[in-house]
Amino acid sequence: MCVAMPGRVLSVGGRTALVDFNGNRVEARTGLVKIEPGDNVLVHAGCILQKVSDREMEELNGMLKEMDELL
Amino acid sequence: MLQSGMITMEHGSGGQATGELIGEVFASAFDSEVLNRMEDSAVVPGSGRIAVTTDSFVVTPLVFRGGDIGRLCVCGTVNDLLMRGAVPRYITCGFILEEGLEISLLGQVVKSLAKTAREAGVEVIAGDTKVVEGNGGLYINTTGVGFVPEGVDIAAANAKAGDAILVSGTMGDHHAAILAERLQIQTEIESDCAPLGEMVRGLVEGGIRVRTLRDITRGGLGTVLKELAEASGKCFVLEESAIPVSAAVRDFCGLLGLDPLYMGNEGKLAAVVPAEQAGEALEILRRSPYGSGAAVIGRVEEASENAKAGELLMKTPLGGVRKLTILQGEGLPRIC
Amino acid sequence: MDLEKIKKYLKEYSGPELKIMEVCGSHTGAIAKNGIPGLLSDRIRLISGPGCPVCVTPSSYIDRLIQLCLTPGTCVVTFGDLMRVPGSRMSLQQAAGMGGRVKMVYSPMDVFPLAGREPETCFVFAAVGFETTAPVYALMVREILEEGIGNIKLLTALRTMPGIIDRMCAAGADIQGFLAPGHVAVVTGSRAFEPLAAKYGLPFAVAGFTGPQILAALGGIVRTCEEARKGKAAGRVMNFYPSVVTREGNEEAQALVDRYFAVSDAVWRGMGNVTGSGRILREEYAGLDAGSADLTEDHKINAGCCCDRVLMGKMRPSECPLFQKVCTPLHPQGACMVSTEGSCYTYYSNHRE
Repeated sequence: MCVAMPGRVLSVGGRTALVDFNGNRVEARTGLVKIEPGDNVLVHAGCILQKVSDREMEELNGMLKEMDELL
Repeated sequence: MLQSGMITMEHGSGGQATGELIGEVFASAFDSEVLNRMEDSAVVPGSGRIAVTTDSFVVTPLVFRGGDIGRLCVCGTVNDLLMRGAVPRYITCGFILEEGLEISLLGQVVKSLAKTAREAGVEVIAGDTKVVEGNGGLYINTTGVGFVPEGVDIAAANAKAGDAILVSGTMGDHHAAILAERLQIQTEIESDCAPLGEMVRGLVEGGIRVRTLRDITRGGLGTVLKELAEASGKCFVLEESAIPVSAAVRDFCGLLGLDPLYMGNEGKLAAVVPAEQAGEALEILRRSPYGSGAAVIGRVEEASENAKAGELLMKTPLGGVRKLTILQGEGLPRIC
Repeated sequence: MDLEKIKKYLKEYSGPELKIMEVCGSHTGAIAKNGIPGLLSDRIRLISGPGCPVCVTPSSYIDRLIQLCLTPGTCVVTFGDLMRVPGSRMSLQQAAGMGGRVKMVYSPMDVFPLAGREPETCFVFAAVGFETTAPVYALMVREILEEGIGNIKLLTALRTMPGIIDRMCAAGADIQGFLAPGHVAVVTGSRAFEPLAAKYGLPFAVAGFTGPQILAALGGIVRTCEEARKGKAAGRVMNFYPSVVTREGNEEAQALVDRYFAVSDAVWRGMGNVTGSGRILREEYAGLDAGSADLTEDHKINAGCCCDRVLMGKMRPSECPLFQKVCTPLHPQGACMVSTEGSCYTYYSNHRE
């Protein structure tokens, strides 16, 4: 139920944005976070829930840093 | 003239309107000497070991990215024959038309059916048309007939320990294409529906000692291989990272919470072959335009403590092991 | 620090037995799909929690949907997950077979074009979900109000995570750490779990849904438990999903949810009424509610069903006497076997033990 996927915003218009997921394009609702074309966003149930921070590496680094502090 | 109208109950009357429909839409597309005789049954040559299969096609929409119900019904039928090593020769088609069906759409489907039959090397030798009340729908029931060459023995139970498991390309494309149409998700995914004759002929004539073939349709790879593991009493072990799935299908599944391992195809096969012939078999599959994404995805193991008879195990990229079962009902729309 | 090191650490852990609960149904699925249980020391046990909204919805909610879909002029719109959940007498799927109007959609927003095309029909959206989905319903309510749409209503069964976790811990659940739900935390922020971590002295690790993300978070929990034995505080919240989760969460989404939905008590299937663990439409928007209040009755289909104990982490699905015998995905005796995210369904379809 809480399935959500990261995609890239292609265009924004009115209440929706066109978001691309590797060749699948969904008209996702906007209104929960400010976005612009080119942003990576997390989409849940047809709505943009949050922006994804720029680089995937950041994710990995963040995760591993968290572990390093522990081990 | 007919091509612009809609199907009405009159077209199922057996009278003039039926005759016109058959003449203008069906006979012209199939151009078969046997059909043109308009006899009550087809009498055709053939002898030896006969393979027979029957199937019904109820997919909506009737036309989708990468195919239509006409192409689909030929592919589904000949592929079932091919999976026993048979050479497909004949096909029959029973059409059930709903009132309101656009005759031009019917014509498009029938032409596509005829074209695919030519590609697959089968002749349409018998047909039937009925009209029922409804809302523009179309259903096709087929029967396929083929002949199994001497010495060919391809069956679900034949897998042996040590054999390699191959698939002919990416998983889930047909299912995803249909679901995308139904859910109105724009996508570049196309149905993979295709006749697999060239691949199967290549394997058999290329001297590959093919143990088992299955077309990976409803239920997807997980269901198909689990059934093969059970039929052979062996354990099938897969490498998840070796199973081809396109990025588009992977993300499509992610969006909807689906698993590509349980998404059907209409133009992909799984093959079990002796390990020493795996490389050769892979090359043969890749030579076909429909097999360019073929891959070795696992092997057959003798039943043991950790790999029981009839089990389907998959090593995950993390190094874990997942046990797979057949598809459990998921309430998804019909895809064929 | 790399993944191989985390894997080695989790495999070689030899301390006292740790029970870690994955609260979220999507985590339950991802754990099975990645084969994670086999990667852990047998001293680390993962337990599935109440994080599948379909599973925790009481039967009277399903009964009300069935009643609505069979009412002339009404169409129930829902996510696919809900179709097969048993009510007290039948499921929505069965009601559809009896002529009930039920429409499956991918997004709640798909209801707008439906309602536009059929102004004389009342479309009721089955608004189930956790904090992740609540903002989607808030957007929906805002649009209904702004556009003055008269033929869309919601039947809500909104649940919130901290409330139910609090209930489990207060009831003395034998759990040493929580894999916190990543997409809930996108909305609520990781701070939503801070009071619980402090109150019960337990580690919470917010995790994403890939195998490595889950393993890293488990590593964090186990490590914190080990440190705690040396006297360090165990009650902390770690964020292993920083690409989308912040401490504060999506405050715009939180505000929107607050504007339209009030905190309420809620009934969870098999667990009864839990204070402050739900959301309902605020009184001023009650006109949009299709009768969500008073759906508290919860009927067991099979007296032997242990869904309640499974949801509380007191029993593994495979320990239920009905599991795999009379209770299968085709013939579910309880909600956990119905939803593809339910613990029992996941254990069954992946042979998890």
